[in-house]
Amino acid sequence: MKILVCIKQVPDMESKFKVNSEGNWYNDTDLAWRMNEYDEYAVEQAVQLKEQAGDADLTVLSIGPDRVKEMMKKALAMGCDRGAHIADDDFFKKDPYEIASVIAEYAKDKEFDLIFTGMQSQDRGSGQVGVLVAEMLGLPSITTIVDFAFDGGQITAKRELEGGIKAIVKTTAPALVTCQLGLNTPRYPTLPNIMKAKRKELLSVPISELLKVEGKQETAKLYFPEKKGGGLVLEGDVGDLTDQLIKILKDKTAVLA
Amino acid sequence: MKTLLVAEYRDGELLNSTYELVAFAQDIGAESAMFLVGSESALPQYDGTLYLADTGKYSEFNPAVHKQLLLDVIAKEQPDMVVFAHSSYGWDLAPRISLALNVAHVSEVVEIKDGVPVAPVCNAKLRRDVKAKTAQMVITLQGGAFGLEDEPSGSPTVVQIDTDATAQVEFCGYEEAEAGGVDLSKADIIVSAGRGIGKPENLAIIEALAKALGGEYGASRPVVDSDWVDHSRQVGTTGQTVSPKLYVACGISGAIQHLAGMKKSEFIVAINTDKDAPIGEVADVLIVADLKEFVPAMTEKINNL
Ligand SMILES: Cc1cc2nc3c(=O)[nH]c(=O)nc-3n(C[C@H](O)[C@H](O)[C@H](O)COP(=O)(O)OP(=O)(O)OC[C@H]3O[C@@H](n4cnc5c(N)ncnc54)[C@H](O)[C@@H]3O)c2cc1C
Repeated sequence: MKILVCIKQVPDMESKFKVNSEGNWYNDTDLAWRMNEYDEYAVEQAVQLKEQAGDADLTVLSIGPDRVKEMMKKALAMGCDRGAHIADDDFFKKDPYEIASVIAEYAKDKEFDLIFTGMQSQDRGSGQVGVLVAEMLGLPSITTIVDFAFDGGQITAKRELEGGIKAIVKTTAPALVTCQLGLNTPRYPTLPNIMKAKRKELLSVPISELLKVEGKQETAKLYFPEKKGGGLVLEGDVGDLTDQLIKILKDKTAVLA
Repeated sequence: MKTLLVAEYRDGELLNSTYELVAFAQDIGAESAMFLVGSESALPQYDGTLYLADTGKYSEFNPAVHKQLLLDVIAKEQPDMVVFAHSSYGWDLAPRISLALNVAHVSEVVEIKDGVPVAPVCNAKLRRDVKAKTAQMVITLQGGAFGLEDEPSGSPTVVQIDTDATAQVEFCGYEEAEAGGVDLSKADIIVSAGRGIGKPENLAIIEALAKALGGEYGASRPVVDSDWVDHSRQVGTTGQTVSPKLYVACGISGAIQHLAGMKKSEFIVAINTDKDAPIGEVADVLIVADLKEFVPAMTEKINNL
């Protein structure tokens, strides 16, 4: 069995963002980077499937500058067998269609039985890449899964819908699924596995070898939204803050009456 | 400008998000037609052409087949924009359509500014204007970003549609959210724990503040996903929608899916170490502090009142 999991590196969302000099993305210096949260569930599910299948080969793929290899090593330490790094310093200028076409181009002759992606990235949040890859490869796809079972080529997944309702959906491999938060409990890589991961294959190819299409859209401008809320912001000593909040609650609400 | 609105239907009912699409078309002053895989028994209140396929025949969830039904209507209507809700139905179907049409596709649009779609970036801390390079465009709308001012009204001119496309997946039915647990919608005061609590042991200080205020405690999704708190206490699009007199968000960043569940609260207090956390957009008061220090101190003061 051959499995592919696609992951993206994103900044910590608690970072202080700055707009880059071109005004079309955030500045990528002074940020802490991590694996996109949704993709951690994708990696874990892929590793679980590999363990279940026994005889399986699991590739982790990521597009981005050199720094994404750090995150890919984590995926290797979690249990992926090999890494395919698609090197691109300008990845943030690519739209979901271009990114998906690169992945599809990589995957097209490799006959993956199952492809896992996160349902969206935390920074861009388009939620398109997984479905696009599947459509480009002519595979069925199931999005937003919170439960996954595999039995002899048959996939049974639960899609999460609004209000916490789930839809039970079946399909057969080869297929692609996009993973939602809470799908499983992503493992922490152990020290021996981190050491082992260092010896695993992690090959870089330039994106130019795989990119054959042009984007259909671009970010014309990135900026901070106007603050509309305009609520009170209080900082300072905790003792003072509690006094201030008690006064506000007494003045503005009836909850302390 | 001509739009095609992709309405939503679930469990035998038309979804209200459908009217957000109608509001969007009105907002940008566009003509519209509507597409729905639904039924005659739950038609939208809408004046215009409704292309209707029957769920009895095509199922409520059947992406490959819904895609073909929709592509046939698009070929006929030639809309400038195909508009979906950014929902579990919309984000699943929309990319299939944009790829087939070979056109630009912008997700989670919150606004159209001079014809340019605007979308959030990084948990709404940033925004971007997206320039489409194709004349036709597919978009999905952020939930709640557009809304009708008046009650919906009208009755559509129904055009029945059919296809012989074949399914790729089989929809086997729904599983309801687990019943039982607390009913947060009845609480007047809710104190919620977010990932900022750091570890399950810190839940106790959130519970203690809720108790001191005479309310219930709730949680954001990561806290529920980690099994620290029961799902019935989750606030947000995939949990409960609440509107208490007081909502206290402790260590919650304010993702749109969380805000959707609590922004109608009468008074909102947020406690967060990040002054720029998006929860600040809806909070009446944002306390910039470490919740591990602030929350117990606040509980003690209230208990001593
Ligand atoms: C389809 C879909 C449905 C979803 N449904 C829901 C839903 O129903 N409900 C929901 O909540 N989410 C939902 N989510 C997830 C949502 O997008 C966010 O991931 C989630 O709300 C984040 O939870 P959080 O704010 O607790 O965590 P984070 O975003 O990680 O934020 C933690 C916050 O805590 C602050 N913090 C850290 N340490 C401290 C400290 N010591 N003191 C004070 N503050 C601190 C940080 O500054 C940060 O702002 C959904 C997502 C998707 C895609």
